[in-house]
Amino acid sequence: MRGSFSTITKMFSAGVVTAGLLMSVPARAADDTIKVGILHSLSGTMAISETTLKDAMLMLIEEQNAKGGLLGKKLEAVVVDPASNWPLFAEKARELISKDKVAAVFGCWTSVSRKSVLPVFSELDNILFYPVQYEGEESERNVFYTGAAPNQQAIPAVDYLMSEDGGSVKRWVLEGTDYVYPRTTNKILEAYLKAKGVAAEDIMVNYTPFGFSDWQTEVSAIKKFGSAGKKTAVVSTVNGDANVPFYKELGNQGIKAEDIPVMAFSVGEEELAGLDTTPLVGHLAAWNYFQSIDTPENAKFIADWHKFIKNDKRTTNDPMEAHYVGFNMWVKAVEKAGTTDPDKVIDAVVGVSVPNLTGGYSTMMPNHHITKPVLIGEIQADGQFETVSQTPGLVMGDEWSDYLPDSKDLISDWRAPLSCGNFNVATGKCGGKGTN
Amino acid sequence: MTFIRAIGLTLLLLLGMLSPSNAAEADLRAIIAKFATASNFSAIEAVVRELAATGDTAVERPLGALAEGDLYVRKTDSQVFIGKEGGGSVELLDPLSGEKSGDAAKGEITKIKVNNTLRRAVRDALGTLTLGAKDPAARIAAADTMFKTPDATNIEPLDAAIASETVASVKALLEQARAASVLVSDRPEADKLAAIALIGARGDRDALSLLTSVEANSEGAVKDAATAAIANINSTLALWDAGQNIWYGISLGSVLLLAAIGLAITFGVMGVINMAHGEMVMLGAYTTFVVQEVIRNSFPGLFDWSLAIALPLAFLVAALVGLVIERGVIRFLYGRPLETLLATWGVSLILQQAVRTIFGPTNQEVGNPSWMSGSFDIGQLAVTWNRLWILVFSLGVFAVLLYVMKRTPWGLQMRAVTANRRMAASMGIRTPWVDALTFALGSGIAGIAGVALSQIDNVSPNLGRGYIIDSFMVVVFGGVGNLWGTLVGAFSLGIVNKFLEPYAGAVLGKIVVLVLIILFIQKRPRGLFALKGRSVEA
Repeated sequence: MRGSFSTITKMFSAGVVTAGLLMSVPARAADDTIKVGILHSLSGTMAISETTLKDAMLMLIEEQNAKGGLLGKKLEAVVVDPASNWPLFAEKARELISKDKVAAVFGCWTSVSRKSVLPVFSELDNILFYPVQYEGEESERNVFYTGAAPNQQAIPAVDYLMSEDGGSVKRWVLEGTDYVYPRTTNKILEAYLKAKGVAAEDIMVNYTPFGFSDWQTEVSAIKKFGSAGKKTAVVSTVNGDANVPFYKELGNQGIKAEDIPVMAFSVGEEELAGLDTTPLVGHLAAWNYFQSIDTPENAKFIADWHKFIKNDKRTTNDPMEAHYVGFNMWVKAVEKAGTTDPDKVIDAVVGVSVPNLTGGYSTMMPNHHITKPVLIGEIQADGQFETVSQTPGLVMGDEWSDYLPDSKDLISDWRAPLSCGNFNVATGKCGGKGTN
Repeated sequence: MTFIRAIGLTLLLLLGMLSPSNAAEADLRAIIAKFATASNFSAIEAVVRELAATGDTAVERPLGALAEGDLYVRKTDSQVFIGKEGGGSVELLDPLSGEKSGDAAKGEITKIKVNNTLRRAVRDALGTLTLGAKDPAARIAAADTMFKTPDATNIEPLDAAIASETVASVKALLEQARAASVLVSDRPEADKLAAIALIGARGDRDALSLLTSVEANSEGAVKDAATAAIANINSTLALWDAGQNIWYGISLGSVLLLAAIGLAITFGVMGVINMAHGEMVMLGAYTTFVVQEVIRNSFPGLFDWSLAIALPLAFLVAALVGLVIERGVIRFLYGRPLETLLATWGVSLILQQAVRTIFGPTNQEVGNPSWMSGSFDIGQLAVTWNRLWILVFSLGVFAVLLYVMKRTPWGLQMRAVTANRRMAASMGIRTPWVDALTFALGSGIAGIAGVALSQIDNVSPNLGRGYIIDSFMVVVFGGVGNLWGTLVGAFSLGIVNKFLEPYAGAVLGKIVVLVLIILFIQKRPRGLFALKGRSVEA
């Protein structure tokens, strides 16, 4: 299909057909299957990232069925499209749980979509596996966070830049898109940097709107900030689409990674697929997984993915690995509990260990976050990352940041008898609802 | 050993290179062999320094390859090679001579990893070595590197290089690099003051960066001189900053103009509230992608021409789709703006989803031809080529459109229909066809705007979404139905935006601009340049 010109003229018919398909896939009522909900946007602005995750989930479910299903039953995927529309996420979640009676839901990408479905999951008591790196400051009984908390991504990334290998950075630009994840992450980072003795005038924070495309002023401000005689780095929480013009402008204005490296938290293989990475070689990203990781598990995962998606140019990325880990954890917990009843599974998941794709085991902790290795990778000319630094062991996700005054006394432990997502160790009280 | 030497000697003679003595070459090979055993980045860096310390220009090849990530170790015998990837296997080249010495499968060799610190070390090492290079560009790069990484040991080689330099501009750069090195040496104060004067005269950000660290690390007269020089540079740079804001504003204005100019036809002239306008831009961008994909696969030599080839095709594709939309939907809805708005909104969703289904939801890679990459300096102002070409292109499109509207029979008919449809019809103009062709023209123009925007933005199904609001803003602000208004509107919005951005930030800047436009429209509902005609009476 790529390269064929006539396809464009076919768009109309295709478009009409697609519009018809947009209605959610109806679920067949059958008792001999276990239903798994997939709640990812397949249209609208977030489709660019989330469609891949839907496909990854379909692949994982297909593989599990090939292995004989779960508890002697076949798994059945129920796909809905919340269309990048936050209130619609809540509606679709309700539909999945009440109407389709799914055993668990895998989904959401943006924090705002997760926040929008939280009340639905606690009201209807179901399970959500959330696969994306996020800002922390949350721990819910019904949600399992398989992406990175700030201490599994942002803090080790900054540590790397401060180290001799990373260039002993002294001056920091925190560049982000204007919404909750960058703002909270930057707040944590600012507090962390100040605790490490960085002066306030050596930190510049800047936000741009979603989908920002004219980066001239921002890039030249970074250049200016970087010419104060101290080693400077940019920590970027710029989201999604805005990254391509940002990197293009960096390349065109001649900012090289050797001089001012950019450390990104939201740029993965998928985002790089949309641009020529030659001028970007050496810029960094912090994740818990890279497609370039050389392990047998990962090689198999990539081969399976290419076979499933029928395109060997498609990349794999970190949130896909998170779904891989989360799905296997859920499968194992259901086997352990012997039932798909969410209440029993929620208790069974804690403590489950499954292999991740980086050659180790990830474990679900009592705070509903998992242990992960932290990798720092440099962008290569072929659009892949090369790992230049890796934490020696696994890092446990810390939901309540120790660097924010509001949350430093809070911990989360969903095991009995504490069963609390925001227990205050200073006052000895559970700040929220706790058990429900 | 003698065998290897003999081979090395023959190769060197064959290449006609400046041959280092045999013993020196064996030493270099011994050092290069250490790459195979270096287990971490600092060990590799030590080898780089050792190679650089030999002062032999032959190390340029292996070091350059290392920085590019092209240096490999063969697993079987720990030999170091430069690898050139081609197909499934890697071609192995000798690290010193560059001669081919075999092939290897990817699994048989390990790449020597590099990070930024290492790349910097290589760059510094090469800086000193390439001072005597024949190519002035290499000498300029060397001077530049040495300016940024001053070191007292650089003074002597720089003195020698300055003495033998014949090109005046390169000589000036070498002298600045020498001055930078003097500042970090223990030379007498008088030398340092002269150096500060020289660097102060350079007056750019690199000079500022260097002087700031000098100011922090010295005292007495040197510190005072540095402070004065910094103040001086800052005041010059403030002027350049203002110039830079204007340039950025013009550049943003040209993007806005490109995005809005098609809408100036469909909305401005015809009065159709066309929410699918952004999707026409997107279609143009995807056409560029398809053209580049075909060129990459079949005619790689034509890549620099890809945009020129994509332009007419993008125009045709978008115009055709526009024509179909007009004939199929919009013509039934003339005079019903609300229905038009909803219908075109629906069309835009269909187009987006269709593109998503055909090409996938991810960004597509559209490359910049070589003549659109990089930047050049005017004084302290960095002008990027892609922005400059987009400015030229947008003005070109504007001029052509103006000509079509004012000087061709078709343009006359278009304007006649706009001014008074019934009168135009009585004069024998086939108004339905004029409507269809005008809409196709507006869509086609949006399509070629997409070709240009694919160079600076994502090519994804959402491309159009980002421009639709801005486009309407420009057209309404400039005055509906007036092309000149669109031009002035686009550039004034661009410049105001870019002047606000450094002070208010991008988010607040955008809000302020919106508020200003709302206030302006309150005062002058018809925009900057009001026009009389059908759109006014409607």
